[in-house]
Amino acid sequence: MSLPLEKADHPEKLRRIAIDPLSRVEGHGKVTILLGADNRVEQVRLHIVEFRGFERFILGRPYWEVPVMVQRLCGICPVSHHLAASKALDAVVGARALPPTAEKVRRLMHYGQILQSHALHFYYLSSPDLLFGFGSEVGKRNIAGVLGAYPELAKQGVLLRKFGQEVIRVTAGKRVHGTGSIPGGVNKAVSRAERDLLRRPLDEVLAWAEGGLALAKKLYVRHRETYDRFGAVRSNVLSLVGAGGKLDLYDGTLRARDADGKILFDGVACDKYDTLLEENVRSWSYMKFPFIGALGPDLGWYKVGPLARVQNCDFIATPAAEAARQEFRSMTGGAMVHATLAYHWARMIELVHAAEVIGELLGDDDLGGAELVASGPRQKSGVGIIEAPRGTLIHHYEVDAQDLVTMCNLVVSTTHNNQVMNEAIRAVALEYLDGHEPTEPLLNHVEVAIRAYDPCLSCATHALGKMPLVIQVLDHEGREVGRIQRDAAELS
Amino acid sequence: MTRPPPLLVLGVGNPSRGDDALAPLLLERAAVELAAALARGELELLTDFQLQIEHALDLVGRARVLFVDASVRAAAPFELARVTPARDASATSHALSPAAVLATHAEVVGAPPEAWLLAIRGERFELGEGLSDAARVNLEAAVRHLAALVTGRSAWAPVGQEVVSRQLSVVSPRVGEGGGGHAGGG
Repeated sequence: MSLPLEKADHPEKLRRIAIDPLSRVEGHGKVTILLGADNRVEQVRLHIVEFRGFERFILGRPYWEVPVMVQRLCGICPVSHHLAASKALDAVVGARALPPTAEKVRRLMHYGQILQSHALHFYYLSSPDLLFGFGSEVGKRNIAGVLGAYPELAKQGVLLRKFGQEVIRVTAGKRVHGTGSIPGGVNKAVSRAERDLLRRPLDEVLAWAEGGLALAKKLYVRHRETYDRFGAVRSNVLSLVGAGGKLDLYDGTLRARDADGKILFDGVACDKYDTLLEENVRSWSYMKFPFIGALGPDLGWYKVGPLARVQNCDFIATPAAEAARQEFRSMTGGAMVHATLAYHWARMIELVHAAEVIGELLGDDDLGGAELVASGPRQKSGVGIIEAPRGTLIHHYEVDAQDLVTMCNLVVSTTHNNQVMNEAIRAVALEYLDGHEPTEPLLNHVEVAIRAYDPCLSCATHALGKMPLVIQVLDHEGREVGRIQRDAAELS
Repeated sequence: MTRPPPLLVLGVGNPSRGDDALAPLLLERAAVELAAALARGELELLTDFQLQIEHALDLVGRARVLFVDASVRAAAPFELARVTPARDASATSHALSPAAVLATHAEVVGAPPEAWLLAIRGERFELGEGLSDAARVNLEAAVRHLAALVTGRSAWAPVGQEVVSRQLSVVSPRVGEGGGGHAGGG
């Protein structure tokens, strides 16, 4: 069964618009919109070319190499893969519980990555749209415009990134290609001097994070009528939840709620993920569509990431972020928020939480402990799940008696959000494009919806150069009858 | 505060992506061949998967920065060109161009240092591949030229005419066009 606007009845008779806003070196994203008579929207699809080389890359390797090798899958969030693989392989080496030092060093590394990633997304990737408006003049809607109008904001974005990177360097051993986390624990503690170095800018970091959160909230409240509606998608939500129902981005058990907030399942151990989640394929997309098996593919799809997490948990265990969560939830009287643009607000709550957690951890003497690794009876397989910046990340491996990886399965956050992102852009297309001649400002609305989920399309290799927005208007025979292109020069 | 080494060599690439490893490998070689200059604090070597906004801060206090990257469009064995700040569309992405890193520096810190790009010709960029034979040859030439630049045997001057006009929208290989991309987990 197809969802509305997923499949047009007679696509051969429709005008086709292809938006190619997300080109990267390796990943590739494209939006196609089919328009009928009077520019009525008939079909909208987000196509993301999913990674298909990972298994080949990792199979046959010794398991202890995996946490390092998987970082090369994604240049955007290598730490998330590093830690998810390590967690999966903890089970393989029989490390049911890590020494406190190992767990806390890993947590510190993870929250450094969360802070760094969320800062980049809000300050640099999304703020131009949010501050100047989705349909504003394209020459202003960029980071240079933000720098002109809000110079401190852009500077804080850079400094927050730098701080997160320092946390990663200290905990992973190196700025990139870190080796800090290993199956069963970590290979280094954090010294007193390193802790002092990281603590020095903490007050500023937290102040900047809270300033960013205040801005995200202000923008939402100011434009609430639009933001509530823009690309809103009612869906189930899924995430890890920590002990007692707290927000925990490093570890926990799986919980899902339905669109009204009713718990669908809770306390499910990570290694049971494949008893709950299934995937299906569509002929038009390389990327799979995961869903909660018990609900089926039409009702079981879900969202992951910041908006799911801050509503799936019962509380946040750090004061500023918890106050912000309560304020966020009170906006709707506790009802679930499904607005795509609420991702930004939720992301900034998590940014504040990350800063607070980093502060707490840096005050914990366990970081400098001597016991770094645990082990136990060897297991044949292991599952590691982590809440990466964009959402739930699953690593699953099987290892043979010769220590070689014989199976791996990877479910990344962008895959979890596949259906939700498709539904979001369909909602936006219906509201803003339907019946109108497509223009760059209108089509930017589609990009804004995609960007809120921060899909990671650029992995493993760097990407330089322009990220063009190409809109092709084709007639039913595939002939180009119109074209809009926004290139680097126009954006500078 | 101690001043950083005047020359920063900033290599960009993924060691597990075939010829995308050119820059990290160049830096590995430079660490050996330029060990004396490194010990004297004349340069610093830094490598990363991708360029991001925070790399602007690595440029602070430098006299010169040399970005190193693999290229499918540069003429073999390599091209060397000046880079100037430009706020191109990479600023809206997770991976900046060298020009956009310089622009970030200009906007957040002030005038950036003199900057160059060493674009080494690569051919294949699949996950899990090693260097191609052609890239191996190109790497040797690039190592020799870098050593000559650092030791003063060669002047800092453009090599290859094409890259000057094309600057840096060039360098990225379209990795994965034949083999699939990746939607990442972070």
